[in-house]
Amino acid sequence: MLQIDLWKRVLIWLVCVTGLLLALPNGFYTRVEQSNDAAAEIIAKGDTPERQMLVEQWPSYLPSSLVNLGLDLRGGAHLLAEVKVEDVYAARMDALWPEVRDALRPERANVGSFRRQQAAEGQIRLKISKPEGMARALEVVRGLANPITTLTGAGASDIEVSGDGDILTVELSEAEKLASDDRTVRQSLEIIRRRIDEVGTREPTIQRQGSDRILIQVPGIGSASELKAIIGTTAQLTFNPVVGRGSDPDAPAGVGNKVVPSLDEPGAYYTVEAAPVVTGEQLVDAQPAFDQNGRPAVNFRFNTSGARKFGDYTAENIGSPFAIVLDDEVVSAPVIQSHIPGGSGIITGNFTIEESTNLAILLRAGALPAGLEFLEERTIGPELGQDSIDAGKIATIVAFVAVLVFMALSYGLFGIFANVALILNVALIFGFLSLIGATLTLPGIAGIVLTVGMAVDANVLIFERIREEIKSGRGPARAIDEGYSKALSAILDANITTFITAVILFAMGSGPVRGFAITLGMGILTSVFTAIFVTRLFIVMWFERRRPKEIEV
Amino acid sequence: MRLRLVPTETAFDFFSKWKLWVGFSALLMVLSLAVFGLQGLNFGIDFRGGTTVRTESTTAIDVGAYRDAMAPLELGDISITEVFDPNFDEDQHVAMIRIQAQADGEAISGEVIETLRATLDGVAPGIKFVSVESVGPKVSGELVQTAILAVVLAISAVLVYIWLRFEWQFALGAVAALVHDVVLTIGIFAVLQIKFDLAIIAALLTIVGYSLNDTVVVFDRVRENLRRYKKKDLGEVLNLSINETLSRTVMTSVTTLLALISLYVLGGDVIRGFVFAMIWGVIVGTYSSIFVASTILLRLGVKRDWSKQVTTTGNQFSNIDA
Repeated sequence: MLQIDLWKRVLIWLVCVTGLLLALPNGFYTRVEQSNDAAAEIIAKGDTPERQMLVEQWPSYLPSSLVNLGLDLRGGAHLLAEVKVEDVYAARMDALWPEVRDALRPERANVGSFRRQQAAEGQIRLKISKPEGMARALEVVRGLANPITTLTGAGASDIEVSGDGDILTVELSEAEKLASDDRTVRQSLEIIRRRIDEVGTREPTIQRQGSDRILIQVPGIGSASELKAIIGTTAQLTFNPVVGRGSDPDAPAGVGNKVVPSLDEPGAYYTVEAAPVVTGEQLVDAQPAFDQNGRPAVNFRFNTSGARKFGDYTAENIGSPFAIVLDDEVVSAPVIQSHIPGGSGIITGNFTIEESTNLAILLRAGALPAGLEFLEERTIGPELGQDSIDAGKIATIVAFVAVLVFMALSYGLFGIFANVALILNVALIFGFLSLIGATLTLPGIAGIVLTVGMAVDANVLIFERIREEIKSGRGPARAIDEGYSKALSAILDANITTFITAVILFAMGSGPVRGFAITLGMGILTSVFTAIFVTRLFIVMWFERRRPKEIEV
Repeated sequence: MRLRLVPTETAFDFFSKWKLWVGFSALLMVLSLAVFGLQGLNFGIDFRGGTTVRTESTTAIDVGAYRDAMAPLELGDISITEVFDPNFDEDQHVAMIRIQAQADGEAISGEVIETLRATLDGVAPGIKFVSVESVGPKVSGELVQTAILAVVLAISAVLVYIWLRFEWQFALGAVAALVHDVVLTIGIFAVLQIKFDLAIIAALLTIVGYSLNDTVVVFDRVRENLRRYKKKDLGEVLNLSINETLSRTVMTSVTTLLALISLYVLGGDVIRGFVFAMIWGVIVGTYSSIFVASTILLRLGVKRDWSKQVTTTGNQFSNIDA
């Protein structure tokens, strides 16, 4: 009756041991964290004896993932920013205006003279003196439209041109607005990420939320205003002539030159002329595209003055490389293939589509494409976080001990089995959380404490059931067996319903609430596992050894 | 010798005074809604927008002096409360300052906070702002919607699940108990004017989960006993089931309460409101699964002609349509 297959026993033990091992690093939090940080620094900045020593604080054969501490525990800043995506529409229209003007000029005979009118932001309104030429004007201006390259907007064009009497209106099409909004938010996200990475804080969270919001959480930073200052800085983008390439950061650069590292090739350095040919301020646009051979490339365009300078420079330097330098790092150093007049050009290279998209984003990432509006700002001081951790620790330990004592008093030996399972349960929760890199927040600690209280529920259900079975005169083995199988449906029903609420919390909540949902959900999974597998295994092993004639639960 | 909170055999009659209990619950719910309507909730900045600043200083807090110092800044409605906690050091004086949402949609600016800090430094030298949280009214409106949606979604998901696993009468009983718990929790928050923020929504949903857990355990036993004792009337079966599971109900509530109370006392003031909601929820949830859910089940009646005959072995989880 009371039998568990060997493979099941092995599996149960394996899960427990794995959980314990995964949870282990959290017991030595500071030490493991220092070790991990040092390991990351060795990769980023090179090996030093001190770093090596820090790394060796924690043996490499043990797991080293930790539970991330949320802002409310570690201290730091939280910002929720809304990207003002409409800003971009106006800029796009202003950039389009010269093109419209140049296209209509040769058509004066048909459309007469034309003049730009006051219009709403993101619109061009033109008054033409010969309304009968409207059809021709529309045709010409529509000729400036480009097809949209996104999946959803396939076949649509990027501008919408309409005529009413003698007024011609140009604005971005709805599909292009959507595509543009998406690009704007992605660019903003990328810029913000680069800005924050530069400061080098640990584990910043930079996430897109909804269609036009960005959530930024940076642990360990002094205040939200400090964070805003970092995000607000504009990037420095320049196009410099390349003098040489090497692997020595301290190479003599020569007068008027400087040595800058490559962004994505570690150990590569470029010597470039310090004076840029053109700068990012003169860049109007950069888009992912394809070259004539169908390979991914990046299209870019300068404003008038940038175009002239760039045109002159490329005419004189065909075949030599120039570097695209962002914040003193070379993003890429393509070779000039031909004279590039008109201020627009294409960067080719061994790009994948993703890389060309990223490069386009980076190129435009010089400055934030649109303004940011900060909807939420939170600063939590590190002292408060530490206080919360301390209080949470004490509370958890006391809660734990109280429950352990209470269980042992109520159920004797079986209670002790349940207690061991409970300890395993908490270890499993921490192991899981470390494994998936989840974030522990203050409500998350509450979730664990609640789990400690509720995890015994499954065991209580089983033990009460066993008691009942004994009372109705069954033998020990039969009573245990029946107890487990009859309590199962109640345990599963009760836990599935609670799990549903945890899932909904996770889906709907944000930040701390989500942290709570994760620990609660994990706690339900692990407590069901420990109750129906682990305690059962304990009881069966005990029973096999002792073969008691009667049991008291 | 075992610790027994509930005698081994109990035969309480839970339904002899059912009108009294239903009346009691209904009265409490009406009172809760009345207080909620009259007094409203003390919404935190998550739901109302605005700024809270948690200050810490070594000098004792003089709320009047703080208020006077802040008056020239013209920040609108300000509330200042001193925070007490057994975990604080002797010379650790903590206050929460709440500033109403400013006119524009954004959060409060860093300069304003800096000015505020400089101003208060004049009253309490060395004052520190250990946390500053600011939420613009634009987000807070959305947060309210999301929160309400989350609670409604959770309750409906549960309704469907119980309906699938049991019968619709069970689902209605369970959901009535949940609504009862949520209303009473909102009621106590309205009465005591405890800060109601996003974390409390999490607590509400946990209460939903916990109360349900309790209700489902009782219902599971009812379902089993209904099959076993075909001749007994529903009231008897319900009474028997509640009595049989009473020991478990009390055990689980006590362990959970033990854990929560230690968190309430020792866990610091930051999550005290949250833990309070859960403690209240555990008590109300335990009560409601017996006196609300089961009573409603009794009044609604249950179909007794179970098509499948599973009398001796009890029910297995796999018999979903049993």
